[in-house]
Amino acid sequence: MTNPNPPSGSPDKEPATEPQAARTALGNTERAESATTPRRPAPDQKPSLGRLFLDNLWAANTFTVTLLSLVLAMIVGAVLMIVSDPEVLATYSYITARPADAFSASWTLVSEAYGNLFKGAVFDPDAVGFTAALSPISETLTYTAPLVFTGLSVALAFRGGLFNIGAQGQATMGVILAALAGFLIPLPAGLHLLVAVLAGALGGAIWGFIPGILKARTGAHEVINTIMLNYIAVYFLTWLIVQNGVQDPNRTDAISRPVDPSAQLPRLLGDNLRVHAGIILAVLATWAVAWLLNRSTLGFELRAVGANPDAARTAGISVTRTYVLVMVFAGVLAGLGGSNMVLGSTASALTPLVVAQIGFDGILVALLGRVKPWGVALAALLFGALQAGGNRMQSYSGISLELVTVLQALIVIFIAAPALVKAIFQLRAARAARLQTSLAKGW
Amino acid sequence: MEPGEIHALLGENGAGKSTLMNVLYGLYQPDEGEILVDGQPLKLKGPSDAIAAGIGMVHQHFMLVPVFTVAENIMLGAEQVKGGLAGFLDRRRARREVAEVSERYNLRVDPDAVIEDLPVGIQQRVEIVKALTRDVDLLILDEPTAVLTPQETEELLTVMRSLKAAGKSIVFITHKLGEVKAIADRITVIRRGKTVGTASPEASRDELAALMVGRSVRLTVDKVPATPGRPVLEVSGLVVDDDRHIRAVDGVDLTVHAGEVLGVAGVQGNGQTELIEAIMGLRPTLAGTVTLDGQPVHGWSTKKVLRAGVGYVPEDRSVDGLVKEFSVAENLVLDIYDRPPFGKGLALKPDAIATSAKERIEQFDVRTSSAEAPVGTLSGGNQQKVIVARELSRPLKLFIAAQPTRGVDVGSIEFIHSRVIRERDVGTAVMVVSSELDEVIGLADRIAVMYRGRVIGIVGPDTPREEIGLLMAGITPDAAPAGGATAPGAAATDGGTAAPAAGGPANEDEA
Repeated sequence: MTNPNPPSGSPDKEPATEPQAARTALGNTERAESATTPRRPAPDQKPSLGRLFLDNLWAANTFTVTLLSLVLAMIVGAVLMIVSDPEVLATYSYITARPADAFSASWTLVSEAYGNLFKGAVFDPDAVGFTAALSPISETLTYTAPLVFTGLSVALAFRGGLFNIGAQGQATMGVILAALAGFLIPLPAGLHLLVAVLAGALGGAIWGFIPGILKARTGAHEVINTIMLNYIAVYFLTWLIVQNGVQDPNRTDAISRPVDPSAQLPRLLGDNLRVHAGIILAVLATWAVAWLLNRSTLGFELRAVGANPDAARTAGISVTRTYVLVMVFAGVLAGLGGSNMVLGSTASALTPLVVAQIGFDGILVALLGRVKPWGVALAALLFGALQAGGNRMQSYSGISLELVTVLQALIVIFIAAPALVKAIFQLRAARAARLQTSLAKGW
Repeated sequence: MEPGEIHALLGENGAGKSTLMNVLYGLYQPDEGEILVDGQPLKLKGPSDAIAAGIGMVHQHFMLVPVFTVAENIMLGAEQVKGGLAGFLDRRRARREVAEVSERYNLRVDPDAVIEDLPVGIQQRVEIVKALTRDVDLLILDEPTAVLTPQETEELLTVMRSLKAAGKSIVFITHKLGEVKAIADRITVIRRGKTVGTASPEASRDELAALMVGRSVRLTVDKVPATPGRPVLEVSGLVVDDDRHIRAVDGVDLTVHAGEVLGVAGVQGNGQTELIEAIMGLRPTLAGTVTLDGQPVHGWSTKKVLRAGVGYVPEDRSVDGLVKEFSVAENLVLDIYDRPPFGKGLALKPDAIATSAKERIEQFDVRTSSAEAPVGTLSGGNQQKVIVARELSRPLKLFIAAQPTRGVDVGSIEFIHSRVIRERDVGTAVMVVSSELDEVIGLADRIAVMYRGRVIGIVGPDTPREEIGLLMAGITPDAAPAGGATAPGAAATDGGTAAPAAGGPANEDEA
């Protein structure tokens, strides 16, 4: 590939910091350039600051690659929409005769679909009233909260050098214990909620501890064990639901008794909007994980073990203890994510599919968030928005919800292959191999 | 370069030797300037162009597939197929080629041996054979002796001479002066990316060193006689297995006193590594005792041993000593991160870490762009200084340094040695394990020679090097003739009883 920006001035200058990039990306790049130039004190430099800034923006930094991955995924998604719509596809049969037909039909379809995606996820300009205006955001945050937890779970394990495929199983155990505590133990409001949430964390912790201790004591690979534990957890849930005392006595299908209202997470914006306190817990958890990783001795151990277990051991850090702790913490986070699914507004009783795919989506969220806590939170927000918007896209534009899953998958593929994005957009090389190395570490 | 010439490229770590050679080999693209081969300008787009132009390279870190045999590794990238049919490898032909080449240059490489079973010296020869089967005229050896024992080094030099006799040209990159003087026909010294001089091998070591570092360097360690005090470390009857559950340390007795340097000499792989790992609690002891200031410490965790006042510079800095992704500051607290003032309870104190990092960087002259730079971006010598700074910045009873100056440039060696002696002079017991005999002789007040998991003799530093060399090969003065017969197999070399080439050129430099 050729390089449109020869490293004339200072090739080693840092890529634009993320806030800077964000500021620019939101608006017009030209405008941001002029806005930035006077703001920064000017040391004597050869290339103009604006030029440097643009260079850095166009360098393959994390934010740019992520944003461009999103764009690429949406382009591929658009093609898929066109191909899967028979009416639009029909206009292509006479494209040489009347190309305008094909283009306008495609444009209408795609723009409407993505318009609905946006309206469902962020804001609907036609909405009337407080509830309707806030509804998209509320939906987005409702989907975001559990993903933050499972994403953090995977990311934390990743930083400790372990590949936690088991967030799904840990979330499942979390949802089970949270629900059981929610309808089996009669407790006063407040305390009941606390107990239910902690029970969920405990369920995840147990399910994380098992692969952790196996890894530490016997060297059994955590990837295999967490996958196996996922199966066990899911089928345990399926079995448990139909047991006496668990199954809803008024129903014949596989659904448990509902969680007592005293154990449910309070809704934040009134009963008509689904957003609940889970999102606040998620933000707190993100902050806690960020603190743990960067500002605590435990996080130091965890990162050292993750980056170089030999050096960590030589420096007196107990690698086995760290592995167990990492998996327990990862389990706690995933378990909290699971509790969200039954104590929040998504469901109030156990069903075989109550945890949906939050564990597996958590892996994608962690990768998209570059295994950094706040990055994970943002990635979860994006996934939550896609999920919420996808619902509207399905009901208004008739685009199946699965397309959202395809979009998510495409984004992650482009993220995981930064070289591809760089080649397509001919980005200048910078901080290139970071993600690959972190990906490779897990194996 | 002339045909049949050995041209040494000398320079400190980070001087740009390897970069230059990677350009020659087509791995990097030059920003300016050109390369002339036989008077023709050459544009290299990649290693395959370089090979086509007759340039071969043996990298500092070998590019071999550990689970493949020698022949398979050599075919790799130039696979021969049977009868022109894709998918059918012609192993026999590859084996014949290996046999032929190793015969012709007397390299003694078995084509069917699996790489991971071979000692480092032989692996390196496989790399050389690999280059030679590609019909190269110019061979680049990037720091070939950094990983070799004295014997292996001596053998490599022999191989280089026979290659030279066969008309091949060799570029020999190194920072070891002795080797250069022993073999080079012409010496180019590089400093900070510039050629600073060309010298003949007759130039004195001091001249070369001064040219390399840009100032004059003391090549000997200045020290006053030791004043040994109480015994600090006592090891008795220690038995340790290595990773393959083969006895590595077999009944070692050692004592290190306060205020003295005990040097442990020996050809690598005779149990030195396992001995210190056992002392550090990194490896289980099967029998015997280790006491620190009279207190038994065997069976303790590494953290407890470190806390008891032991400083440890591990042998392999990139594997065991540093976390490359971590910043210099973080690496400087890698084993004291949870002690005040750096950590309190669960919380880290980033300010204290940063302040202390600044001081250490200053004190130990670590050349880094900032304390926040990942330590992996530093040169080898500076990485080693980070480790030494970390270990010496807390009060110690015992300081164990394994291969403290391996792969470290002359300037840093001088600095690290002076720090070791300074630590001795404040009354710390010091144990230096090194396969560089000159380093041991230069630093130690007493020298313990290890051979096959035992301490075969403890001698003074003024013992003739020949005698120590014999001990390293397992020959004690009393039992010389008898011991000689059993020695060669174990010395990890096929050099026969002539193996104690410890006084060879490889060792002369770094002291």
